[in-house]
Amino acid sequence: MPHDDHDHPHTLLPPDPALRVKALETILTRKGLIDPAALDEIIDTYQNKIGPQNGARVVAKAWTDPDFKAALLKDATSVVADLGYYGRQGEHMVVVANTPEQHNMVVCTLCSCYPWPLLGIPPGWYKSDAYRARAVREPRKVLAEFGVTLPETSSVRVWDSTAEVRYLVLPMRPEDTDGLTEDELAALVTRDSMIGTGLPKVPS
Amino acid sequence: MTRVHDMGGRFGDGPVHPEPDDAPVFAEDWHARALAVTLATGSLGQWNIDISRHARERLSPKDYTRFSYYEKWISALTNLLVESGVLTEEDLRGEADKEEHPLAGRKMKADAVAGVLASGGPADRPSNVPTEYSVGQEVVTTRPTANRRVDGGHTRLPHYAAGAKGRILMVHGTHVLPDSSAHRLGDAPEPLYAVVFPASELWTNPEHPNDEVVLDLWQSYLGPV
Repeated sequence: MPHDDHDHPHTLLPPDPALRVKALETILTRKGLIDPAALDEIIDTYQNKIGPQNGARVVAKAWTDPDFKAALLKDATSVVADLGYYGRQGEHMVVVANTPEQHNMVVCTLCSCYPWPLLGIPPGWYKSDAYRARAVREPRKVLAEFGVTLPETSSVRVWDSTAEVRYLVLPMRPEDTDGLTEDELAALVTRDSMIGTGLPKVPS
Repeated sequence: MTRVHDMGGRFGDGPVHPEPDDAPVFAEDWHARALAVTLATGSLGQWNIDISRHARERLSPKDYTRFSYYEKWISALTNLLVESGVLTEEDLRGEADKEEHPLAGRKMKADAVAGVLASGGPADRPSNVPTEYSVGQEVVTTRPTANRRVDGGHTRLPHYAAGAKGRILMVHGTHVLPDSSAHRLGDAPEPLYAVVFPASELWTNPEHPNDEVVLDLWQSYLGPV
């Protein structure tokens, strides 16, 4: 049975959230259940090592290598794992490609599911009630809040991540980028363009 | 009936506030600590991802609504630590002894972090449940949305998609069923599908006639049309 008692244990900790975390960390450390150095390592991983730069590399490669793109759209999990991008919250990857006829956008209405190995920890807005509530019902109004207006000829397909499958949007390659290297292309790929709430930058 | 976390389609939340790409990953230091404490205690092996999601969803609607994101995490984690017997209420009050915990041997060490995060926890499992639907086939979701095994239990069919007609877009293989796994009733793996619904099937006033929503849904959430 679900526990629905309202004397939740969390009320035994200080109400201020920063103090609440500190108190829990202290108790668990004292009991030998967590190692503060491991916490530092976890934070360093998601602050400095894993982030949207990973996804941007995948997108830039797909823009320059048609065989890679075809394989990516067919079996993203193994293709991105070959580039070293696998792990927690990215065990089952699907990449969906934007076309002139269809724009893709990703949300998790029930919690905050997100492809961590490719994009890192989700930004605050992705986890907000407003995005979770509205992205499925009025994606075009939400896109407008990101400064994106789609032509009437384009449909929107919103992916609600309700299982352990994680979705990454492959945005369309911007025009006038023929001579750019993969690294230069990767620099055009924004985080939001891989969630589907933005478009890649255009070369200056 | 589902719970307060099931907010897809809800009115009244106001605008979304985008953030620049170079905004800090963690807006506050304690956000980072909350995430790290949650991941580190997960490796004690006393619960799975479905149990921890359900712990957040079981926060009272009042708490769920007023708590910030990581406040939900840390509060649900505290509840889970006590419910699963890892900590006692005395521990939380700071009254308990300082003896080493029986689970201390499972503590995630700093040099193990990279390996644990990189290995993840796949949700696909072999299953005896035959795959009933194929790509292109029409299906209808169950209604009302509910965990059929545990009243008020965890489920992943959002309220807004209950009783809706859609079409199988992808067959993802067989995955752990959260409705079972969240309640320690076993993995109960079954076929999982990406199902596409026309927006007009879900909303009174869709923005565009060709817009669609895709959800990942387990076979037991679906029936034939």
